[in-house]
Amino acid sequence: MEITIPNEVVYQRPKSFTPITTHYCPGCTHGVAHRLIAEVLDEMNLRDQTIGVASVGCSVFAYNYFDVDFVEAAHGRAPAMATGIKRVLPNRVVFTYQGDGDLASIGMAEIVHAAARGENITTFFINNANYGMTGGQMAPTTLPGQKTTSSPYGRDVELTGYPMRVSELLSTLQGTGYVVRRSLHDAKHIRQAKKAVRLAFETQIRGLGFSMVELLSTCPTNWGVDSHEALDWLEEHMIPAFPLGDYKISPEVSELKV
Amino acid sequence: MTRELIKGNIAIAEAAIRAGVEAYFGYPITPQTELLEWFSQRMPELGRTFLQAESELAAINMVYGAACTGRRVMSSSSSPGISLMMEGLSYIAGTEIPVVLVDVMRGGPGLGNIAPSQGDYNQIVHGGGHGDFRPIVLAPSSIQESIDLTVEAFDLAEKYRAITVVLIDGNIGQMMEPAELPPMKPLRTTLPDWAITGAEGRKRRVLSSIYLDPEEEELLNLRLLERWSQIEANEIRVKEYFLEDAEIIVVGFGTAGRVALSAVRTARADGIPVGLFRPITVNPFPTSRLIELSKQAKAILVVEMNAGQMLDDVLRAIGGSVPVEFYGRMGGVVPFPDEVLAEIKRLSEHTPEFYGNPRTEWMKRLAHTINEKG
Repeated sequence: MEITIPNEVVYQRPKSFTPITTHYCPGCTHGVAHRLIAEVLDEMNLRDQTIGVASVGCSVFAYNYFDVDFVEAAHGRAPAMATGIKRVLPNRVVFTYQGDGDLASIGMAEIVHAAARGENITTFFINNANYGMTGGQMAPTTLPGQKTTSSPYGRDVELTGYPMRVSELLSTLQGTGYVVRRSLHDAKHIRQAKKAVRLAFETQIRGLGFSMVELLSTCPTNWGVDSHEALDWLEEHMIPAFPLGDYKISPEVSELKV
Repeated sequence: MTRELIKGNIAIAEAAIRAGVEAYFGYPITPQTELLEWFSQRMPELGRTFLQAESELAAINMVYGAACTGRRVMSSSSSPGISLMMEGLSYIAGTEIPVVLVDVMRGGPGLGNIAPSQGDYNQIVHGGGHGDFRPIVLAPSSIQESIDLTVEAFDLAEKYRAITVVLIDGNIGQMMEPAELPPMKPLRTTLPDWAITGAEGRKRRVLSSIYLDPEEEELLNLRLLERWSQIEANEIRVKEYFLEDAEIIVVGFGTAGRVALSAVRTARADGIPVGLFRPITVNPFPTSRLIELSKQAKAILVVEMNAGQMLDDVLRAIGGSVPVEFYGRMGGVVPFPDEVLAEIKRLSEHTPEFYGNPRTEWMKRLAHTINEKG
C-alpha cells in the first residue's frame, strides 16, 4: 500500500511563541489561550508589531512564552500600563493578559476606565472562578456556593455578593468596540474563541475602541478535580453563570470574514 | 529669552515641555492642578501625549508603561496623590526606567489641607514604596530654580535610570515670580537599548521588576545601590549663603530655606555670624559638606515646614559633634522670617549646649508661640 505524506504543514509551534515550556498546571487552559493568541499573531503577521502586558496571577510569566516585546504590570494595573504604551506608540498592537482577580477585583477601576476611554488595546480576560496563583482563594467570579480556600463553607452571597459579570458590565460602555465571552472547554468552543481573538485584534487595528475576549477557563489544581472533570465542571457550572455570547461588536467588525 | 512673571506650577510644566517631555499622565489635586491643566493645553498643540487618568494609581502606571517605550515621561501630584503612586514608583524603580515626578506638597496627614507643607520629605526621601531603592530628590526654593531643576531632572533620571522627584510645596507651586524659561529642545531621536517598541528587526525585549530568584533580586538591589553610590559621588548640589565665617548654621530646603534666608540676612545686618546651608539635592543628602561646615559651627538650626523630617538626616550627619536645634511649623503653616530670626538671636545670645532631642525642646517653644498668638 502506498503511503502519501502530506507536504503541507498542518500543525506546528506558532512563531510568536518562544521555545520555553510553560509553568502552568496539567489541564489548565492558560496554555490553550496563549496558543490561540500566538496563532492569531502569526496569521496576522503581528509578531514584531505587538507589545504584551503581563499581569499578576498565574499568567505573571506570560512574558516568557510570547516572542514579542513584553512588560510586566503591577497587580490590576495592566490596562493603565497598556494605555501608557499605546498612547505613545499608537501604531503598535498592545494587549493585556489578565486573570479574574487581577482584572475584576484589584484592577476594576483600570479596566473600566480603559474601556470607557475607548483605549485601542485588547484585553484577554481569563476567568477561572478563583485566584489560581495564590492557591485558590475566592475571586469576584467565584460562583455562589463554590468552595475555595477563603470561602471554605462555599461562597455565601449574603456576605460576599454575587459573581462579577465583566463582559456584560463593560459592554455598556460606549468606548468598547468588541466584547465577547467564549469558553475553552472543548474543541468547538476553542475554535470559536480563536475567531474572537482574531476579531479583537482586528478591532484594535481598525481603531474601533477597546476590545476584550473573556475566556472561561479551568483550574483543576485549585478546583480539586482532574483535567477532564474540570472541563465538565466549567461547562456545567460556569457557562450558566457566565453565558457565552457577543456582548458588543462594532458593525464594522461584525461584517468581517476571517 | 526674557524674564516673565510666571506661576510655579505652570513654569514647571512648561520647563518640562521645553526639556522634551513626550507624555504626561496625571490627576487633578490641589495645589498642583495647574500643571495638569497646562499640559492638557500644550501637549496636544505639540502633538504629544496628555491624558487625565482615573486616579493617581492609574496615572503612575500609565507613566510606567509609557516610560518603558524609552520616551521622556512624567507625572505630577500633591501629597495624598503621591501616596497613591507609591506602588507604581516601586515598580518603576525595580524595572530601572527613568521617570520624572513633581510633588507639590500640602498639609497632612490624611486629607489634611491644601496649604504649603514639607511633610512628604520622609515619604519621598526615605520612603517611596516597598523594597530597596532611592529616588533622586531635587528641592528648589524659587520659580527659576524650579524651572532649571525640572530640566535637569530628566537628564539625571536618564543618566542613572532612576526616578527623579522635583519636591516643592504649595507655595512655590502657587506663587508668581519673574523667571526665564529655557529654549525649546528638539525631541530626542534615539532611544535607549532597553526600550519596548515592538520587536521589529531585533530580538524581543522584556521589561519587568520580577526577580523570582532571591540571588538575582539581590544583584538588582546591588546594581541600584552601585548606581546610588555614583549619584552620591557626582550629583550632590547645595546652595550656601554667608557661611565663610558663620558660627550658627541654619539648614533648610525649599520654601523653609528661603524664609530662613530672609532671617539670616536680617541677623547678618545685626552683626550675628550666621549663614544658611540649603540642600538642593535632599536625596542624596549633602552629608559630607555639612560635616565639614559643622566644624566651624557653635550651633546648627534646622528649619522645616514639618515636624523635623530632614532634622533626622542632619542629626545623623552631625553625630552629636555640635548642638542641633530645630524650628518648624506644620500642618500647612508657613513660618515667618521673624520667627526664624528669633531662633537665631536666641542661639547667638546663649551659646547652646543642648545635645538632647531638639524636637522635644522645640515643641515646648512652639506651644508657647501658639499660645501667645492665642
